[in-house]
Amino acid sequence: MSLRNSYKPGEWINRAKEINFTFEGEAFTAFEGDTISSALWAAGQKVLGRSFKYHRPRGVLSLANHDVNILMTDGTDTNMRADVVEVKDGMTLQAVNTIGGVKKDKNNYIDSISPLLPVGFYYKAFHTPRKLFPFWEHMIRKAAGLGIVNFDYPRILKRKLHTHCDLLIIGAGPSGLTAACKAASAGLQVTLIDENRHLGGSLSYDHGGHKVSAEYGEDLLKKIESLPNITVRVGAYAAGYYPDHFIPIVETGGITKVRAKAVIVASGAFEQPPVFRYNDLPGVMLGSAAQRLIYRYGVKPCHNGIVFTANDYGYRVALDLLAAGANVLAVVDLRAGGNGGLHNLELCKRGVKIYAGHCVYEAVATSDKSKVRGAVICAYDDKNNVALTDNKFTVDCDGIVMSAGWAPAAALLYQAGTAMQFDYDVQQFVPSRLLDGIFAAGKVNGIFELDQRMRDGERAANDALNYLGKLAVNTNAEKHSGGAPSHAYAMVPHPKGKNFVDFDEDIQIKDFENAAKEGFDNIELMKRFTTVGMGPSQGKHSNMNAIRILAKIRGLPVEKIGTTTSRPFFHPTPMGHLGGRGFHPHRLTSLHDWHEAHGAVFTDIGAWKRAAYYPQFGQTKADAIQAEAMAVRKSAGLIDVSSLGKIEVHGPAAAEFLERFFTGKYANQKIGTWRYTLLLDEAGVVVDDGVASRVADDLFYLSIGTANAAMVYREMQRCQQEWRLDIGLVNVTGAFGAINIAGPAAREILSSLTELDLSTEAFPLGHFRETTVANVPTKVIRASFVSDMAYELHSPMRQVPQLWNALMDAGKQKGLRAFGSDTQRLLRLEMGHTIPGIDTDGLTNPYEIGAEWVIKMDKPYFVGQRSLSILSKRPLRKQLVAFTLAANFKGEVPLECNLVIDSGEIAGRVTSISYSKFIDRIIGFAYVAPAKKAVGSSFDIRTDNGLLVAATVVATPFFQLQEA
Amino acid sequence: MPFRLLKYALKKEHPAPRFFKAHEMPKKSYDVVIIGGGGHGLAAAYYLAKDHGISNVAVLEKGYIGGGNTGRNTAIVRSNYLTPEGVNFYDASVKIYEGLSEELDLNLFYSTRGHFTLAHTESAMRTMRWRAEVNKHVGVESRVVGPDEIAKACPQLDLSCSGQAPILGALFHAPGSIARHDGVAWGYARGADSYGAEIYQNTEVLSIDVKNGKVCGVQTNKGYIETKQVLSAVAGFTPRITEMVGLETPIVIHPLQACVTEPMKPWLDTILVSGSLHVYVSQSSRGELVMGSSLDPYEVHSTRSTLDFVEGLTSHMLDMFPFLSNVKVVRQWAGMADMTPDFAPIMGKTPIEGFYLDAGWGTWGFKATPISGKTMAQTIANDSAPDLIHTFRLSRFEDYELTGEKGAASVGH
Repeated sequence: MSLRNSYKPGEWINRAKEINFTFEGEAFTAFEGDTISSALWAAGQKVLGRSFKYHRPRGVLSLANHDVNILMTDGTDTNMRADVVEVKDGMTLQAVNTIGGVKKDKNNYIDSISPLLPVGFYYKAFHTPRKLFPFWEHMIRKAAGLGIVNFDYPRILKRKLHTHCDLLIIGAGPSGLTAACKAASAGLQVTLIDENRHLGGSLSYDHGGHKVSAEYGEDLLKKIESLPNITVRVGAYAAGYYPDHFIPIVETGGITKVRAKAVIVASGAFEQPPVFRYNDLPGVMLGSAAQRLIYRYGVKPCHNGIVFTANDYGYRVALDLLAAGANVLAVVDLRAGGNGGLHNLELCKRGVKIYAGHCVYEAVATSDKSKVRGAVICAYDDKNNVALTDNKFTVDCDGIVMSAGWAPAAALLYQAGTAMQFDYDVQQFVPSRLLDGIFAAGKVNGIFELDQRMRDGERAANDALNYLGKLAVNTNAEKHSGGAPSHAYAMVPHPKGKNFVDFDEDIQIKDFENAAKEGFDNIELMKRFTTVGMGPSQGKHSNMNAIRILAKIRGLPVEKIGTTTSRPFFHPTPMGHLGGRGFHPHRLTSLHDWHEAHGAVFTDIGAWKRAAYYPQFGQTKADAIQAEAMAVRKSAGLIDVSSLGKIEVHGPAAAEFLERFFTGKYANQKIGTWRYTLLLDEAGVVVDDGVASRVADDLFYLSIGTANAAMVYREMQRCQQEWRLDIGLVNVTGAFGAINIAGPAAREILSSLTELDLSTEAFPLGHFRETTVANVPTKVIRASFVSDMAYELHSPMRQVPQLWNALMDAGKQKGLRAFGSDTQRLLRLEMGHTIPGIDTDGLTNPYEIGAEWVIKMDKPYFVGQRSLSILSKRPLRKQLVAFTLAANFKGEVPLECNLVIDSGEIAGRVTSISYSKFIDRIIGFAYVAPAKKAVGSSFDIRTDNGLLVAATVVATPFFQLQEA
Repeated sequence: MPFRLLKYALKKEHPAPRFFKAHEMPKKSYDVVIIGGGGHGLAAAYYLAKDHGISNVAVLEKGYIGGGNTGRNTAIVRSNYLTPEGVNFYDASVKIYEGLSEELDLNLFYSTRGHFTLAHTESAMRTMRWRAEVNKHVGVESRVVGPDEIAKACPQLDLSCSGQAPILGALFHAPGSIARHDGVAWGYARGADSYGAEIYQNTEVLSIDVKNGKVCGVQTNKGYIETKQVLSAVAGFTPRITEMVGLETPIVIHPLQACVTEPMKPWLDTILVSGSLHVYVSQSSRGELVMGSSLDPYEVHSTRSTLDFVEGLTSHMLDMFPFLSNVKVVRQWAGMADMTPDFAPIMGKTPIEGFYLDAGWGTWGFKATPISGKTMAQTIANDSAPDLIHTFRLSRFEDYELTGEKGAASVGH
């Protein structure tokens, strides 16, 4: 039988547009604007989902985005919250976490064995014998979890925006709306957000049978619309509060990150269920849920209902039920004196029976246990919180509507460092101390009466205006008067239990009692042991009751129990929103297109894409590298080294800075020469090496390896912060590109493009010159990293292609070819040069790699010097040596990081190894015991497959092997 | 259904006895005072009593037991470290963990899932081989595997990581496991309590009394306690404790963050770690994806969460698993990690007689809980550290004998 009422103004559905969808194979019609839950409820479908643990049938509870037992899948998406997700034409829906659908869930037997599954049961069983645990774990994992993940779900990239405002107001109920009007009228740029799809908050549903509140709402909305400096975002929730008023606003389309000057939290309160046996049956719902059904969706919550209340709010709800055409068979008020004021009188006048000092002892289920068919009512001792069952009686009904109180939606306040205290007049935690620029208004602030809430919103706006330095009249804080909106302990004990506190996790009163008896009598421990509040609704309907129960068990006042820590997110937030567009920054050199056109295989080094090698005509990687290396050895090769870090150190103290930063000496370095640089950390560990070219007395030009460049520059800045020398650091990595031309023909090729005298006498190793090459201004550095005959050419990044092409043309006849960074690694190995990070690790000191020659201990200070003065006196534990395998070695070639084994123990490892076609040997570096470091001694390397391969220590460069 | 659940269900009075007794005020003196009621401190109390017969012990916890990093980690247990000393130590921990549910008679959901450390670069592959070779050498089951084997264990993983960071291989570590971290603290608490150790929650140590280089007592918010032996087993607050005895350590504190999704039906059976993408992830027995990333890059003494952490992490998760776009993150949190320069802990004796340190657990403490408890108990009982933890001694920073676990400890907690 349809529960849909006729049209009422203000409703959120569009009756002109019918929507057809199916739920578990059955066809339904709805109106545009219906949520899945409202549509199904209107059609009389009461079982909408099954609970997580016991698979009990569940229906509408809150209709406020925490009905997490009602999760759906449409075949594409899963864990869709039916209470807030709008139903769409053509949807085919299925509840998650059932076997065979909500009505005949094959897992419903779990409910009947629930005594076997007490709180924390999984800690107490399944672990002995140990062998069987994997079996039980498999069963438990299968039974747990909610929806099934759709592996074909597309990656959705949601947009992200940043925005600023003077005042962010979270929640557009009466207090938030009033605050927005006030603040915007005073000239502030206001952003007003609400998670619902329309403004108004409780103004849109809490009418108490009359439409007074709706009229307030209309006035406020008109005013909001008329103020141009209010940005309204509906369907938008504040996902969390991060320091300095940084708040991500989540909407369907993406995330907007708001940095506000001030924030008003007017997020309202979550209605809390009273706890009684079978309070989870479909048909038992919160008062505010019933009101939402009535006024937003035009749906009658039930035909014949009972209101079970523990505050005055329930009387308003009862009047709303009557207004919706439902019969209210009884209002059962837990409070000894009852009340409800004028609403009580009105209900009496309309013939509604009111039972003060009574409780719903239990809900009665239909024979198929699928929904409520009655309520057992009896007297209640409100002092001792016990039901007096002597004269209990049953009333047949198809709905029980509950109002017991509220918990503030204070998550953001907590995250913003707000101190909260328990206000016994309101029976609620309220803010007692707010950090600068944060304000609270309305129910979250413990203010419940409508006029008061609006005044409280205005007061918060005034406070914000004052805080922002605008003139505003201070208004007094509102104070709640009258009965508490929340009952101190709306729980009805029942010997048979099933009185649920946490619907997400099926946690009953006795679970808390048992947990406390077992020692988990502290709110944080209790949360972890019982899992209360750990489900997807994050305790929105359960944490407050848990605190009250624990307080009662321990005989302590509620504020002594405290609350658990609130953490983002306010509502679970999709990864696609948070992840947004993936951000993978990478850098390309100005020659990138050339490399691509010439078939380069790229490798990532730091943020850079570098050409690793250029396979020709289906060459393998190894063949390509050997061919490129041979070209360098026989004629010449060209490599793009633009990714090198390049840093200029300017200023009178430039040399002093270098002397402190690196291990070597630079004060006496001649202009026009370069020196090797070695960087250590304070522990004396090798960090990086490079080259320092002295351009002028007060200017050094540093080149740094690609991988470490960013880190070294950061470290230089850090040191300069401490040292405060008279220097400036300029990172010119992106401004200059660099090319290295290497090989016996390099000089001849280069000299055809420059006026510079390249003869050894005029331009020896260790020098650099500034000149033009192919009309490109170029710094030529005579370095020998990959070959004794090599020139590193540094030029403005944009002109590097011109230089490169000119060199290529000039070298064509000489057999010049490009080589990549992988080939470079082979070439430097042949030369006997180490690379920090490859041939060193996080503990390598310079003595272990034979770098004593660049350590100048007679300087007053350099980074790591103090450590070296200690280390230099200690025996070495390992030593890096150059080695070769036997000529014509056949067998399993060791790989980098295979271990060096000495008498069955680890002595070191291989750091670099490669076959060199030019030398025709397998060569490499390895750490060995210092006793084995002499040239000619041999050691064993263990391969992946456990074979020991003999290696012999040799001198570098490795070319001597060729001559031998 | 196991028999013991049936027995439990049939009982009229349900609750088992308290896991640990609630004592009002501490006694005047104890043989040993342990500062910190996390897994480490409680395990030390348990093994002091069980292995060494020392049960006149007080465990002092500022908040509630297991509320620090024991309850904040992502519950991964593994031993695929880089140094032989590290591997041996964590392997000993794994061995105890495997039988711990039975020993403590509490199901810790110790679930051996296998652990893949993904390598996206050649240089990462080198490190994987290094770790595999060292692991094999000391008898721990780790090996370098190719993409095929990864795909077999986790067919849902996008091996190209959305084209951003193609996976070249991985270090596979068969014993890699996850466990219920709270349970570990509770189990040890119950065990220690059963031998007579006393656990005090909401009890904060304000100062440590040292005379002539010897510990003689601790001042707490519940009064003065005489003792000759004090173990500091705190995390995130080690410098505050060592200051009380005038000791310097190289520990600095960085936050480490994590987050968790809504539960879903089981699909991820392994533990995956990617150093390049700064992601580690496993699926809990409840069905949630438990995810973490690398340390926050700066020192902060706070458990605040940041948005950019979760943005970065989820973005990389989506590179690996693009279909998770609409799976929701429920909660994020942070712990404070005591970081040492070599990413190895500081354990053992100190220059102050009777003051023992179990610290510097950075991002790798949970997996070491049993073995650190056992070895620290041994250290206290014999006033001498066993060989197994010699490598972690405080004096290594003066001796320049660091342990070098940076490569293996950093992302893959």
